[in-house]
Amino acid sequence: MKFTRTMTLAATVALAIGAGQAQAQYSDGTIKIGVLTDMSSLYTDLSGAGSLLAARLAAEDFGAAAKGMKVEFVNADHQNKADVGSAVARQWYDVDKVDVIVDTPNSGVALAVNQITREKNKVFLVSGAATSDLSGKACSPNTIHWTYDTWLLANGTGNAIVKTGGDSWYFLTADYAFGHALEGDTEAVVTKNGGKVLGKVRHPLNTADFSSFLLQAQASKAKIIGLANAGGDTTNSIKQAAEFGIVRGGQNLAGLLVFLTDVHALGLQTAQGLIFTETWYWDMNDNNRAFAKRMAAANKGIHPTMIHAGVYSAVTHYLKAVEALKSDADGGAVVKKMKDTPTNDPLFGQGSIRQDGRKIHPAYLFEVKKPAESKAPWDYYKLRATIPAEQAFRPVNEGNCPLVRG
Amino acid sequence: MFDFLGIPPQALFGQLLLGLINGSFYAMLSLGLAVIFGLLNIINFTHGAQYMMGAFGAYFLLQYLGLSYWWALVISPLVVGLTGVIVERLMLKHLYKLDHLYGLLLTFGLALITEGLFRNEFGSSGQPYRIPEQLLGGNNLGFMFLPNYRAWVVVASLTVCLATWYVIERTKLGSYLRAATENPTLVQAFGINVPRMITLTYGFGVALAGFAGVLAAPIYQVAPQMGSNLIIVVFAVVVIGGMGSIMGSILTGFGLGVIEGLTKVFYPEASNTVIFVIMALVLLVKPAGLFGRTT
Repeated sequence: MKFTRTMTLAATVALAIGAGQAQAQYSDGTIKIGVLTDMSSLYTDLSGAGSLLAARLAAEDFGAAAKGMKVEFVNADHQNKADVGSAVARQWYDVDKVDVIVDTPNSGVALAVNQITREKNKVFLVSGAATSDLSGKACSPNTIHWTYDTWLLANGTGNAIVKTGGDSWYFLTADYAFGHALEGDTEAVVTKNGGKVLGKVRHPLNTADFSSFLLQAQASKAKIIGLANAGGDTTNSIKQAAEFGIVRGGQNLAGLLVFLTDVHALGLQTAQGLIFTETWYWDMNDNNRAFAKRMAAANKGIHPTMIHAGVYSAVTHYLKAVEALKSDADGGAVVKKMKDTPTNDPLFGQGSIRQDGRKIHPAYLFEVKKPAESKAPWDYYKLRATIPAEQAFRPVNEGNCPLVRG
Repeated sequence: MFDFLGIPPQALFGQLLLGLINGSFYAMLSLGLAVIFGLLNIINFTHGAQYMMGAFGAYFLLQYLGLSYWWALVISPLVVGLTGVIVERLMLKHLYKLDHLYGLLLTFGLALITEGLFRNEFGSSGQPYRIPEQLLGGNNLGFMFLPNYRAWVVVASLTVCLATWYVIERTKLGSYLRAATENPTLVQAFGINVPRMITLTYGFGVALAGFAGVLAAPIYQVAPQMGSNLIIVVFAVVVIGGMGSIMGSILTGFGLGVIEGLTKVFYPEASNTVIFVIMALVLLVKPAGLFGRTT
């Protein structure tokens, strides 16, 4: 639409104006971190302003100022459009002297930024985007995929469900890179375990009404309706599935990617019993709770999601690597240093980064509590199983990543 | 039994019915736009935000005052309508003599500001709102499970749409309104307070959006961007039906809901573009829209 184009243009102009104050690089004393995320649409609460805040907290806790490192932040809204995201990334790298881009939910945008980052030899730390291609066929010596990916979600949740009898599936898939990746990865798990996929329907991103798709899923008689979507799309699907009596009719929903903020938006009454996989939850230990308290206090009470925690962890490790190298000029060298150094931070504990750019840590299978089990606001999950770090992610030789082949 | 392009007839009936339900939102919103455009010559881009305010109104009433859905159905549209009256009195009335574009820019700006404020305050993932107890559950119609609430949405929307059409096209009050659009000076000479009538009309059109918002609250998430997702489609509906035609926008609203519903079965990927394809085709053949009059 014309207005969208005008708005994009306006955003670009605004960026261009901001470009006047270009800063020097770390060699001149400044490390510039760009948080590129969704600030206005369906992924805002699970990433958005919280991600910027988490990145700031990471720099603060690292004690960058005391160590004589000057860290600056910029942030932008990619509006879930790959072209807008690409324009911002180029602008940041070419003109604004940004050294590293972090977060970036929406796999379509992330894949575009992944490519640009490689061309410019900068650093891209992905927490928000899900597609497992980022450490697979699109892997790059300049990108680290931090928090989770579609393979993890598919295997964590898919395995658990197929093994408890959910052996016929129907997919509701968001029609873009992320949805396709999640659907494909889950389908592989289902068929590998002897299950069947009876059908799938692909809906446009940001759909309000799912009743038509749900009716098709209902008619398929599949035992499990797999939601290969995220954010507002997932909450709307779950809410309307309850309305249309899907679960009462004997079918079950599998939310393949569900965030804490989605559960909060649905309310426990609607969300109870959902099973899904995440890599971080605020109420698991004292460090996490302390982080959640700081985040909530500064972010309208919103408790941090695993994406926020991932941003914190990634920025912490990045700053360590830059400190060790005493330079942030060569993005490839910084990422290499990050891979060579074991990770250790308060939120994810000890971990490592593989050659394909995959950060490794344990994952958890959660179930949403019943309203009676929840003792406080944001007390939503109970732990069903822990997936050890070495099993949580796709084996390094199965991803077709050119960096590890041969 | 016969199959239609591989879709069993049961499924097809179900999809047609769902299309009608979605169409009722299109119809109510495009009706409000048509009323406002017909009498004020303003393209009300704030309509989506006002629809969102209606839904949030219901949420506030329940959350802070404990008032049920049924109260919200009355109070929320009234309050949203009142904000419309204030906007008309303070801003819009200065723009009637200018080009359409100014009204469009003003209302578009207001929509962005309103949505931004709500997003800043309540985040993007939305607030939960439960279906009222009296309308929980549903009926098995043989070809589909129809939730009671969805049936209620169609009935409520049809009633409101037809009542509005009747008032504007068939009553004395409506004839004043229509006369005032044709020749305000002359109507004023007969002792009718035209500016007040225009203010109330805008308030009414906005209240319609608020009403649709309350109806939508239990189905969709009550979220700041719920209106902007819908409004572009609704504008396409108005363009297809013909700007300013009351019955046209009602019929087109329901009709396009059905077409969109069918697209979700045959080619789901295109379900959010099909309406714009139809709009382009209609504009090529009948530039004034299906029910529009060329003047």
